[in-house]
Amino acid sequence: MVQTLAYLKETPSQTAGPYVHIGCTPNFSGISGIFETDLGSGPLANEQARGERITIRGFVYDGLGSPLKDALVEIWQADADGLYNSPAETRGRADPNFFGWGRQPGDMQTGEFVFHTVKPGRTPFRPNDPRLMAPHILFWIVARGINIGLQTRMYFSDEEAANAEDPVLARIEHRQRVRTLIGAREGETVRFDIHLQGENETVFFDM
Amino acid sequence: MKTAPPETGAFFARDRIWHPPALTPGYKTSVLRSPQKALISLEGTTTELTGPVFGHNMLGPTDNDLIVNYARPGEMAIGQRILVHGRVLDERGRGVPGVLVEFWQANAGGRYRHKKETYLAAIDPNFGGVGRTITDDEGGYWFKTIQPGAYPWPNGVNDWRPAHIHFSVFGHGFAQRLITQMYFEGDPMIARCPIVRTIPDPQAIEQLIAPLDWNATVPMDMRAYKFDIVLRGRRSTLFENRKEGN
Ligand SMILES: [Fe+3]
Repeated sequence: MVQTLAYLKETPSQTAGPYVHIGCTPNFSGISGIFETDLGSGPLANEQARGERITIRGFVYDGLGSPLKDALVEIWQADADGLYNSPAETRGRADPNFFGWGRQPGDMQTGEFVFHTVKPGRTPFRPNDPRLMAPHILFWIVARGINIGLQTRMYFSDEEAANAEDPVLARIEHRQRVRTLIGAREGETVRFDIHLQGENETVFFDM
Repeated sequence: MKTAPPETGAFFARDRIWHPPALTPGYKTSVLRSPQKALISLEGTTTELTGPVFGHNMLGPTDNDLIVNYARPGEMAIGQRILVHGRVLDERGRGVPGVLVEFWQANAGGRYRHKKETYLAAIDPNFGGVGRTITDDEGGYWFKTIQPGAYPWPNGVNDWRPAHIHFSVFGHGFAQRLITQMYFEGDPMIARCPIVRTIPDPQAIEQLIAPLDWNATVPMDMRAYKFDIVLRGRRSTLFENRKEGN
């Protein structure tokens, strides 16, 4: 055959396993002296960064309602003006005091994860589609027993009007599930629990 | 890194049949940790098209040498010395530069340096089991390590993991984020492993088995294994003038 398609297949995923912290947060897992700090473990923005300071706290629950104590959570978000700190950001440059990516293990005893960041601004849906999305933060969860990283988003309970016109939330057919993506604002804290299964199963995305 | 304009095209859809499904009862932990409702599918948005950049300046001189990066001065980890090398490519076959590749593994006896690890194999005082690197302009990467051992794990009564190295790969857009495991050519344990078998397609499993690379072997020093990693490809922006819903 003359015409062949030469695309490669994406490398298949495998679980991060019980010791993902050795690889991604070695200092947290007790292996010190190889890397100075654990990558992504600091705040996502320094003190000079523009925007409202928030602390995100939450748990990842399994199908019996027990919090996972071996999960690793990564987040990715825009700065306070809605710009991503990425070469693929074409609309301008993000706040130089803002990094935008974070990685945290759950607490070894309780499983709670905590991120210190700023509230993101609104971002356009796609480079060619200027409709605005509501402020949101991408979450990516891996752990033992999770065969491929789970991707979801946290929106904000104090952004009802923006949430109502968000083009991603609009794709969710079962409207009662939208609430699983809304972080509950309590002052500076935003509570966001992730449920892997059950009545409150979080909406996960394939994007 | 090359100064080509950043790519902003949409990523090819992930082939979910090629990847393991969430629920794989042979791997018991997945039973209570697998979402049971359908994923919400849509082409990525600005959020997934973008991602952070990691600079080569964050790397220390022994970050990619697990034989010495945890060892006392003048000492080394115990085990068979190996070189693992390969390229990070996208689905269009192009090398992906500037990719953060992190790896972790058990020691030569199959034991991890971790509080919760209970396998009776000995800890190697000179082996931490973690390293990282960033791909070069052609997407190439390499690291030195020792051949990890197989180890038993509580799943079935007598389940063992084949020798493997865990990989975390951070490409250019968050949509490319991937964690996987590398296995070694010729290992009879691969076919028996419930975690390997979460992948339904035998050809997909082949993609995780690194061949012995005789030409890259360093005589009198290290054998080499080649492990190429493929991340999701991107549509060319030439074809991106299409509005949602048109
Ligand atoms: Fe392992």
